[in-house]
Amino acid sequence: MARIDLVELAHAYKPNPTSPTDYALRPMSMQWDDGGAYALLGPSGCGKTTLLNIISGLVRPSHGRVLFDGKDVTSLPPEARNIAQVFQFPVIYDTMTVFDNLAFPLRNRRWKSADINHRVEQVAELLDLGSALKQRASGLSADAKQKISLGRGLVRPDVAAVLFDEPLTVIDPHLKWLLRRKLKEIHRELKLSLIYVTHDQVEALTFADKVVVMTQGEVVQAGTAQQLFEAPEHTFVGYFIGNPGMNLLPCAINGEVATLEGASIPLSGTARAALKGTSGNAKLGIRPEFVECTFEAGADTAAATLLSVRNLGTHCLAEFRLGNHTIAGKLRRLHAEPGEQVWLRLPPERTLYYVNDRRVA
Amino acid sequence: MMSKFFTRPVLAIYLLLSLLPIYWMLNMSLKTNEEIVGALTMWPANLTFDNFKTIFTDASWYDGYINSIIYVLINMVLSVAVALPAAYAFSRYSFLGDKHLFFWLLTNRMTPPAVFLLPFFQLYSTVGLMDTHLAVALAHMVFNVPLAVWILEGFMSGIPKEIDETAYIDGYSFPKFFVKIFLLMIKSGIGVTAFFCFMFSWVELLLARTLTSVSAKPISATMTRTVSAAGMDWGVLAAAGVLTIVPGALVIWFVRHYIAKGFAMGRV
Amino acid sequence: MKTYNNRAWFLILPVIACVAFSAILPLMTIVNYSVQDILSPTQHVFVGTEWFKLVMRDSELHGALYRQMLFSLSVLAIEIPLGILIALTMPAQGWRASLALVLIALPLLIPWNVVGTIWQIFGRSDIGLLGYAVNEMGFAYNYTGDSLDAWLTVLVMDVWHWTPLVVLLCYAGLRAIPDAYYQAARIDGASRWAVFRFIQLPKLRNVLMIAVLLRFMDSFMIYTEPFVLTGGGPGNATTFLSQYLTQKAVGQFDLGPAAAFSLIYFLIILLFCFVLYNWMQRVGTGDKK
Repeated sequence: MARIDLVELAHAYKPNPTSPTDYALRPMSMQWDDGGAYALLGPSGCGKTTLLNIISGLVRPSHGRVLFDGKDVTSLPPEARNIAQVFQFPVIYDTMTVFDNLAFPLRNRRWKSADINHRVEQVAELLDLGSALKQRASGLSADAKQKISLGRGLVRPDVAAVLFDEPLTVIDPHLKWLLRRKLKEIHRELKLSLIYVTHDQVEALTFADKVVVMTQGEVVQAGTAQQLFEAPEHTFVGYFIGNPGMNLLPCAINGEVATLEGASIPLSGTARAALKGTSGNAKLGIRPEFVECTFEAGADTAAATLLSVRNLGTHCLAEFRLGNHTIAGKLRRLHAEPGEQVWLRLPPERTLYYVNDRRVA
Repeated sequence: MMSKFFTRPVLAIYLLLSLLPIYWMLNMSLKTNEEIVGALTMWPANLTFDNFKTIFTDASWYDGYINSIIYVLINMVLSVAVALPAAYAFSRYSFLGDKHLFFWLLTNRMTPPAVFLLPFFQLYSTVGLMDTHLAVALAHMVFNVPLAVWILEGFMSGIPKEIDETAYIDGYSFPKFFVKIFLLMIKSGIGVTAFFCFMFSWVELLLARTLTSVSAKPISATMTRTVSAAGMDWGVLAAAGVLTIVPGALVIWFVRHYIAKGFAMGRV
Repeated sequence: MKTYNNRAWFLILPVIACVAFSAILPLMTIVNYSVQDILSPTQHVFVGTEWFKLVMRDSELHGALYRQMLFSLSVLAIEIPLGILIALTMPAQGWRASLALVLIALPLLIPWNVVGTIWQIFGRSDIGLLGYAVNEMGFAYNYTGDSLDAWLTVLVMDVWHWTPLVVLLCYAGLRAIPDAYYQAARIDGASRWAVFRFIQLPKLRNVLMIAVLLRFMDSFMIYTEPFVLTGGGPGNATTFLSQYLTQKAVGQFDLGPAAAFSLIYFLIILLFCFVLYNWMQRVGTGDKK
């Protein structure tokens, strides 16, 4: 159990980083509560594994500090930080039994054998490995092996945080949800801080209380699933979260309206104020779920042509052509044929505006 | 990992001891015979290149090198050329007797060369190939081809079959696909194979000596005749030895990136 | 998955032709000689298994076999642990790794007779550094006259020559271990020895088996290096199996017994080869995950 503070943390491979691209992890600060479940979400190469390794101590950051419960651990090696790490593929000691695998960290700390037995059995019970204790670890399935990897971390009573680096990568799809459920169970029971790195938004959103979205070494937003969905602070978050992601269309701001391919979208009061004086590089963002489709022109609609529509049972997934851009829409029902002319309404309260990729309104 | 404090000295000592005999030979090659038998010194007092000059100017010496290089190159080319289609077959197809055939190939690598001594002598005499470069090249193929097939098969198995199928769909004929696409993909495998063929052919001498007498005599045979009326010609012998290391050192320098990769293909 | 196609044999024909020419024909000759007494080029008498029995009873053969086994086992006992140790000390990447690889591998690329010559010179007390130094230290070292000295020199020469092969194999094996294992071991608080015993050694198992089998077989067939260094002497102190065979075949021209022994020699190695092959098959399929 530990509160984790990241203070002005950054990591660059070169000694004197000048531009943002020199950083593997751009300067960031964050505070994570004791006992929370957090996900680091982003595509490959976004820096999430680097951040995880900095927290675990496998990488020493070039700038900034890491604090556990207020104590500066930046220069401490992993073994002194009371963390556990589970990797992308199961890391077990092939020659040992499951029992010996779980007992290994305790034996290294010279625990008494009776205490070791007790603790190992406890953890094995928690992970449903009780019946496999006497078996050789190398003969088990991938998900059991990952549980052993996790178990070796949990077996130390003073472990403060468990860090996961895409741990479900090698697990069979139909076993993934079982393992996810087990992780949530463990989180509830042991109340540890869990940090989970993944590129799968479903995994992140279901697992974590708060998700930290990263791209190209930068933390772009940290929030709950609801916040990320309804108010993405960065165009990347809008695009990455949601299926399909947010529609992002370049627009021009003209006082009270945003002009989009000849159509004028009225700006709400707050939007108008926030966008006053901006010029260039503005983008309009709206999630497909909030796009409305009508068959007559209105004051705040834009003319578009329906390109395709697919009925997926619970909703329809439609693609519209608006000028030179394509807009996706997720609608309850749509009775129209491809090629038909329709009018799209973008509700101001759901329409977000980004300048230089950052949310302004 | 292991602390550098311990490992670097150990490695340094090992390298030092390992290179010492080679250095000693280099040392001797730069001295005159008088100096060699006179006193034992760690470096030449009177540096001389005469020994090397002798080798480069005396045909009976440098012919030995040329002969060796010729048969090694012939062997390399033939071994790789013959092994490529076979390795492809083992990698992509299963067929009647394939496991037994592979095993038989490996047994050839494992036969003591001494066993082949007499039969080779008679065989190559009969077909009139005695004392030719081709004879040595062919004889060395007995143990190089199995190794080549083994290594190439390992690399080829790393290329997914889908690539072959895509090429056929695109209209490539098998030979065209093999030469234009496949070979390029296993470039490093061919490099590693060529290196090993070179290595084993260059160093093997029992068969090379047996099958040659005059025209294709390898450098190893030449090196045994350094005793003259004036006594053992140590300087020239040492120089000859130093020169035999040079091709090997060059080859290994050129393929150094592939060595670790080649050994680590999971098969060897 | 491989497709079944017997036409693959066409791709194998070149290999079969070349190897068969150089392997099967001679083998047939050997089998022929092993069961005949060749009194003159035109007079052959079939003698069945007589040569085999003769060879098996030959005390010289027993001696050579004993010395060969002793040599091969000693060589393994030194080269395998030493090879592992050196592989552990080598840098993992960068120009230092390339340089170390090249320097380590150098002895492997020296023609075998030159290897013998190098040590022949090196061990002499008049012109060789080793011979001179050892004698200066007080030991009466003479590899041409003293059997033990000859043995030790041949042993050291082989270790010098072939340990690099073990090093290269183990080095490759070590590079194949993902970093995550070392990271997990750090987090588990494992000692350096524990990392070696529980992570590195098990993961080197396959590579080591190949190294052991290759070294055993190659040392079993060794000829040139000891021949150049000691000529098999003093006496027959360092005469191993290949030299024994060559003596019989070429030296004494006892074709019959030589051929019979050749077959026996070949069959011994074949047995080891069979073990090696089956092991590698198991390794190959087992690791394909």
